[in-house]
Amino acid sequence: MSAFADRTADGGAAAGPGGRRRVRVVLVDDHRMFRTGVQAEIGATEETGVEVVGEAADVDQAVSVVAATRPEVVLLDVHLPGGGGVEVLRRSASLTADPQHPVRFLALSVSDAADDVIGVIRGGARGYVTKTITGPDLVDSIFRVRDGDAVFSPRLAGFVLDAFASTDAPPVDEDLDRLTQREREVLRLIARGYAYKEIAKQLFISVKTVESHVSAVLRKLQLSNRHELTRWATARRLV
Amino acid sequence: MSASSPPGGARTGVPPGPTGASFLSAPDPEEPGARRLYRSSEGRMVGGVARGLAGHMGLPVLWVRAFFLVLAVFNGIGLLLYAVFWFFVPLGVGGVAEAKEPRDARSWLAGRRPDRGQIIALLALAVGTGIVVDNLNLGAANRAVWPLLVIALGVALVWRQADNARKARWVEMSHGKRFWPLARAAAGVGLVIAGVTGFIVVRGSGSHLGGILQAALAVLVGVALIAGPYLIRMTQDLSAERLMRIRAQERAEVAAHVHDSVLHTLTLIQRHAEEPREVTRLARAQERELRSWLYRPEGTGRDGDDEPATLADAVRAAAAEVEDAHGVPVEVVCVGDCPLDERLSAQLQAAREAMVNAAKYGGDGPVQVYAEVERARVFVSVRDHGPGFDLDQVPGDRMGVRESIIGRMQRNGGQARLRPAPGGGTEVELEMERAAAA
Repeated sequence: MSAFADRTADGGAAAGPGGRRRVRVVLVDDHRMFRTGVQAEIGATEETGVEVVGEAADVDQAVSVVAATRPEVVLLDVHLPGGGGVEVLRRSASLTADPQHPVRFLALSVSDAADDVIGVIRGGARGYVTKTITGPDLVDSIFRVRDGDAVFSPRLAGFVLDAFASTDAPPVDEDLDRLTQREREVLRLIARGYAYKEIAKQLFISVKTVESHVSAVLRKLQLSNRHELTRWATARRLV
Repeated sequence: MSASSPPGGARTGVPPGPTGASFLSAPDPEEPGARRLYRSSEGRMVGGVARGLAGHMGLPVLWVRAFFLVLAVFNGIGLLLYAVFWFFVPLGVGGVAEAKEPRDARSWLAGRRPDRGQIIALLALAVGTGIVVDNLNLGAANRAVWPLLVIALGVALVWRQADNARKARWVEMSHGKRFWPLARAAAGVGLVIAGVTGFIVVRGSGSHLGGILQAALAVLVGVALIAGPYLIRMTQDLSAERLMRIRAQERAEVAAHVHDSVLHTLTLIQRHAEEPREVTRLARAQERELRSWLYRPEGTGRDGDDEPATLADAVRAAAAEVEDAHGVPVEVVCVGDCPLDERLSAQLQAAREAMVNAAKYGGDGPVQVYAEVERARVFVSVRDHGPGFDLDQVPGDRMGVRESIIGRMQRNGGQARLRPAPGGGTEVELEMERAAAA
């Protein structure tokens, strides 16, 4: 899966492999085995540039660990005892919004129910990947999120297309509730398994532009006024 | 009970087919419980007795109502019979010959308000009863009839209210609007009390009324004081017990499923530990199955075995088969959905062929399948990460791609494109116009 490949670096003080600055990460998942697995896969700081600074198993722990360690990226499980990933996002909102050192959340879940996924994205997560993702791809996603980019897996792109495809509900805010033609094209290509570089080549635009389209879609998804987007997307799957 | 036609529309005397068998009137006596009599909660006038009986016996509901009405004229036997049925027969959902109308929650709510037919029926009933009672000549008991009627009315009101509360539990429509049920129950109780009082007064013990009321009140308060705590405890215990039972049931279901599929798979995996391909295949198949069991909304292909009826389901099913057959992960993303027709089935066949090709020649990376239903067309793309593929260099005798994919699409009015994917590998794009009627 090369969908998450190719990310050039920005230099930093403690440079990891490829010259990119190390990223401080907190793992939130209620399965200890899974945390251990992820730790083993990405936690070799010298190789991956990822430094795991904390772990948490439920919502309360997650909120306090994140507040105490101030990581750059939180790998957040969607299903957690105590209210789920959405609750962690809600209670950490002040940290996420901090302009100096924002804490960014990347949802990592085994669930592929649309309402779970779109729920955390609307709650403020910067991306969503499934637990079947490979180690290198996960590392890439972490860096992308750290650098302010959004990470859409093909499946998430599919959900978003699905949720915005409806034309029966008139949009409340035209700017937010519609995807532009270009954004749709980009999402479609992500859903088809293209990497950013391939999308750029296909649409004759720069990788930077692809990134900005994806970020725009994420912003629309998080801010959209569309009523009950989540419920709607779920209901849609019942048809 | 009345001759006015029910809101449910025209009804036939045909016994319900197998769909209605779960509640009423399956003619087969072998089926346990199938012949149990239920009162119908749908399209009922008063207690749903007539409709329930009609469904049970396979008669038109009109006949049953007329029967009760005629009996009612003879000294009110019909009324008594009806009351007895109401008292002893439990309320059931749906049933009867009535095919389940697509009623959403709102029309359920609207259904609670009496429509015009129901009001006319009730008025006719009241007038009819009045005439019957007026013409009755029971001698000494004559004076007690009216109070008794008032009592009966109050009891009916309360019972009907209990029915509604029960129905509300099934349909979960109890939210809000707590005033009317309470008011109705209170009115029923008030009527009963008034009737009893009237009865006592009529019987000539009016002078002792005050004393009797006081004594009755004292007894009631005493009973409430003694039995109240027990009653509260009992209801609490009951709901706790119900909760436990639901939990236990759910746990049993999960346990059964885990046992059936997951444990078997784990056993198989242990046995095939030396063959990574087989292990991967088993694990993926199990993951897919468990995932769909856990996360897919109820009613969408949970039982899996039947033929998929919509495009998205069919694509997923095809991908699952290819995945199992070739041991290569196939990732499916579907946007939108629509029912399958002949042309879409052809497209699906072509897509399946493309998936098989991608699984065979596409290297180790996952095959990515994307299906999108748009307003005018259906688009499917199948992508692999293999060494690539040039149609011009494929010898002419290899019919797979030309016939199964390109040819099949063209014969059915669609088109197929094969091209190298930008990041390596091959991409097959299939496009089909949707049938005009959508």
